[in-house]
Amino acid sequence: MAHEAAHESHTGLIWKVFAFLSVITIVEVIFGIIKPASLHLTSFLGTSPLNWIFLILTLVKAYGITWYFMHMKEEKASLRRSVVWTSVFLICYLAALLLIEGSYLADMMTPYVKWDY
Amino acid sequence: MEANTATTKEQTWEGGDSKPLGSSYGKMMIWFFIVSDALTFSGFIIAYGAMRFKFLETWPIADEVFTHIPFVHGNFPMLYVAFMTFVLIFSSVTMVLAVDAGHRMQKNKVAWYMLATIIGGVIFVGSQAWEWKTFITGSYGAVQMHDGKILQFVDETGHQITLESFVSAHHTERTQHESKNGLWFTSEAALPEFTVAEVTAAFKANPNVRVRTEKIDMATKKKEILSRASSLNFLAEGKAVIKGANLKANEYGKTLFADFFFFITGFHGFHVLSGIAFNIIIFFNVIIGTYEKRKSYEMVEKVGLYWHFVDLVWVFVFTFFYLV
Repeated sequence: MAHEAAHESHTGLIWKVFAFLSVITIVEVIFGIIKPASLHLTSFLGTSPLNWIFLILTLVKAYGITWYFMHMKEEKASLRRSVVWTSVFLICYLAALLLIEGSYLADMMTPYVKWDY
Repeated sequence: MEANTATTKEQTWEGGDSKPLGSSYGKMMIWFFIVSDALTFSGFIIAYGAMRFKFLETWPIADEVFTHIPFVHGNFPMLYVAFMTFVLIFSSVTMVLAVDAGHRMQKNKVAWYMLATIIGGVIFVGSQAWEWKTFITGSYGAVQMHDGKILQFVDETGHQITLESFVSAHHTERTQHESKNGLWFTSEAALPEFTVAEVTAAFKANPNVRVRTEKIDMATKKKEILSRASSLNFLAEGKAVIKGANLKANEYGKTLFADFFFFITGFHGFHVLSGIAFNIIIFFNVIIGTYEKRKSYEMVEKVGLYWHFVDLVWVFVFTFFYLV
């Protein structure tokens, strides 16, 4: 019986997570269509505040999918850490290196691109 | 024999008590597969990011590229891809409902939810194919310069116009070289509808038309529109008329943009396709009662993890190709 109880239905929670992910997507799409000038044309920590909003909402969505749809929440801490920490560390590392390199290339190249014909 | 039979009740490593990381062998390994696949995808997306940072001031603006929805004419940025995102998130929901029903050993519910997931996946792949078709066909046409830059055409309000709307084609003797009418071992792509000379002539005849370059004015985040005089100087460097997109050139701007689009959405689409295949296999296993006999629906959980991962990747592709 204890086994049965452990597998009670999570249907309510699943629909709540779906509503949450949908709301985030709708907010993203509305921002993507309107692109408010105060967020789009200003700069904050290297990019526009709008881009930061998109990035953070994306990470929130990724958290929702991994924790509730993929049931990461119910896995043991050891499995969770070996999957999440590894990926987060390696992805941040690669992104930092390549994006720094990309902006360096832009700084070096842009003055040499011909725009007067 | 133990390894070849599907009767191990607790899904442990060797039928014994050891459970590394508190998980069954299959579930742990699908998680580590997902880690490696996530690193592959992040490699691709970060490479896209590096090239985008490199060409920050000339990269195509996604809102101007993906503006179509099926059966409707007009300019609707974002809407279709938002629909695709919803389809994939919803198919993730039906998948997790199937897993949930599997925990409670409700065979019929699992089967119906799996079927819904498969249908969602097919709708997504179909939409992706349509998106590719639209992207490859192109909508406005452009002129490529000798150094690879793309020149687009706008009216006096700054809205992009099609080449057909102001250029008229003249009769030429030049026909497409196909293997059946020329050298049998070689052929060429379909000839463009117009030549650069025709576009230039039409441009001179239409005082309302202006040329727009790839260069982005970083203060307004809009592509720069040239004066009539410098437009002609740019057109004088024109090499070819481009319609649509392929791996060598595209009318939207940087060649790399289309290359990355095809590669990353293609790789993701292939994942969705194989996910559908796995889901179909598991769907039939559910129907014939394999997991009912095994007294465990853990296989549904494992394909579920793969399916959610495909959804997870799309969330990032959506952000980096269409939003930022």
